[in-house]
Amino acid sequence: MTVRISTSRVLGRHGLLLLCVAVTCFPVLYALLVSTFDFQQIFIYPPRLIPGTSLLENVRLAWTKVGLGRLLANSFLISISVALGKIVLAILAAFAFTYFRDFPGKNILFVVILITHMLPLPVRIVSTFQLMDNLGWVNTYYALTIPFFASATGTLLFRQFFLTVPQSLSDAARIDGAGPMRFLTRILVPLSYNNLMALFMVEFVYMWNEYLWPLIVTTSNEMRVAQIGIKMLVATDAQAEWNVIMAGVILVMLPPLLILLLFQNHFMRTVTFGQEK
Amino acid sequence: MAMEGRFPNRTLPYLLVLPSIVIVAVFLILPSLQALYLSLFEVSPFGTRAIFVGLNNFREILTSDDYRFSLRLSVLFAIAVVVLSMSVSLGMAVLANKPLRGIGLYRTFLLWPYALSPAVAGIVWALLFEPSSGLMTYLIRLTTDRSPNWMMDANYALLVIILAAAWKMLGFNIVFFLAGLQSIPGEMIEAAQVDGASPRQTFWRVVFPILSPMTFFLFIMNSLYAFFEVFGLIDVMTQGGPGGGTEVLIYKLYQDGFISIRWGYASAQSIVLFILVSTLTLLQFRYAGRRVFYA
Repeated sequence: MTVRISTSRVLGRHGLLLLCVAVTCFPVLYALLVSTFDFQQIFIYPPRLIPGTSLLENVRLAWTKVGLGRLLANSFLISISVALGKIVLAILAAFAFTYFRDFPGKNILFVVILITHMLPLPVRIVSTFQLMDNLGWVNTYYALTIPFFASATGTLLFRQFFLTVPQSLSDAARIDGAGPMRFLTRILVPLSYNNLMALFMVEFVYMWNEYLWPLIVTTSNEMRVAQIGIKMLVATDAQAEWNVIMAGVILVMLPPLLILLLFQNHFMRTVTFGQEK
Repeated sequence: MAMEGRFPNRTLPYLLVLPSIVIVAVFLILPSLQALYLSLFEVSPFGTRAIFVGLNNFREILTSDDYRFSLRLSVLFAIAVVVLSMSVSLGMAVLANKPLRGIGLYRTFLLWPYALSPAVAGIVWALLFEPSSGLMTYLIRLTTDRSPNWMMDANYALLVIILAAAWKMLGFNIVFFLAGLQSIPGEMIEAAQVDGASPRQTFWRVVFPILSPMTFFLFIMNSLYAFFEVFGLIDVMTQGGPGGGTEVLIYKLYQDGFISIRWGYASAQSIVLFILVSTLTLLQFRYAGRRVFYA
């Protein structure tokens, strides 16, 4: 009796979870389906639910239509640069805040970095654009990367983690005659592996998905990024070729998705809750 | 603080924070002050020279019907997105928290919209609501006999962008709600059940109160998202249309600043956004900042 109840309950849970998964997945599965259609099949009513055979052709069309190769390459370049830049700067700052004798201005400098949280791009977009213009950085990789390098979240994350590392480690390092930079690169950074991976994932996804800033600071097709490619695909025709658009969209969404799947476990481990530290 | 475990160098810590400070000062603080300055000017009709107009731009914000409409719309949009996305994802996280064979796989499929951009979410939902043969258009026509031209009607367009924006946040919210749920000791829930609490009572009286700092943190993050991160979604779906019906604050700022090139007016708008952001982030630091950490 109890076995039967729990079996039906287990089946019920599977059913509910499948329903949830349907909600989170079906829009993208439908996009994938449409990307396999030819031009006639998109407008069939009621909507066709069997995959077509035109996926590769659509991918080729999307690729050549807006120069998707270049856009994806640009997105890879800026996303990796920003993720690495943020990680390096955040580690250095967090190290300064945790492993040295208190220095004058320490608290003010910490607050200055935290202020990043209150100044997201929209609150300074016109003036930051003007700054790019004055520096001659419009349509350059500088504009797409360097303004993003500071990371309050990263600094907080590493600071938090460094505070949990036993002090005996840095004592031992000092007694062995290792300087601070050697301690940082040989001991702290390897210990931070999980946080590093999680932060890399978060920042890569963030930068890959950035839309407004690249739209403003780039005008030439060579400097556009993958997200803007979506807009370009939509804008090319009067009659929307949804199959070609979706083939392009699948390519644009794939890299951050793969990164998420690869780094998922590090990310889940880094999200901690209720640890007053 | 004790001195053990710390290096004695005096200049090195300054050198270590210098790169971050330079970036923040040059690309964040300086432009923010510049925005404050710009907000007092208006570019002349031929764009050749800036005219000092005092607080006129702010007066325009306070009195213009367009701006008030955009502000009301943004608040409505944010409330709808936050409530819809958070309640659905809390329910999903509760389901995904229970032990079950294959739960890891379910979790992966639940959190993956996290990796999608607002623009991707927007274009995919635009396809679903494509007026002639989109899947949602078809299903709604089948069940309610309605088949509006979604993006041509301001109310329907707003509904569709709310759905798309809320859907996109599900993954993010589920990750955090799950982390919160998993931090609750099993004994606490068992104790409640032993005392005769129903599952519903256990959830609302025990689980939900423990989750509240996480819920608050997510409320702030979702609000910031709904106000500021949805630009790409709107740009590929409605471009603020029809007739300005989906022109939320961030889209209006872009239109006024970069299409109409009214830099002073746009800068004044960005200061209004700053007040909004700083209120939300200060609330977060005050009430949730010490309890929730993530990369």
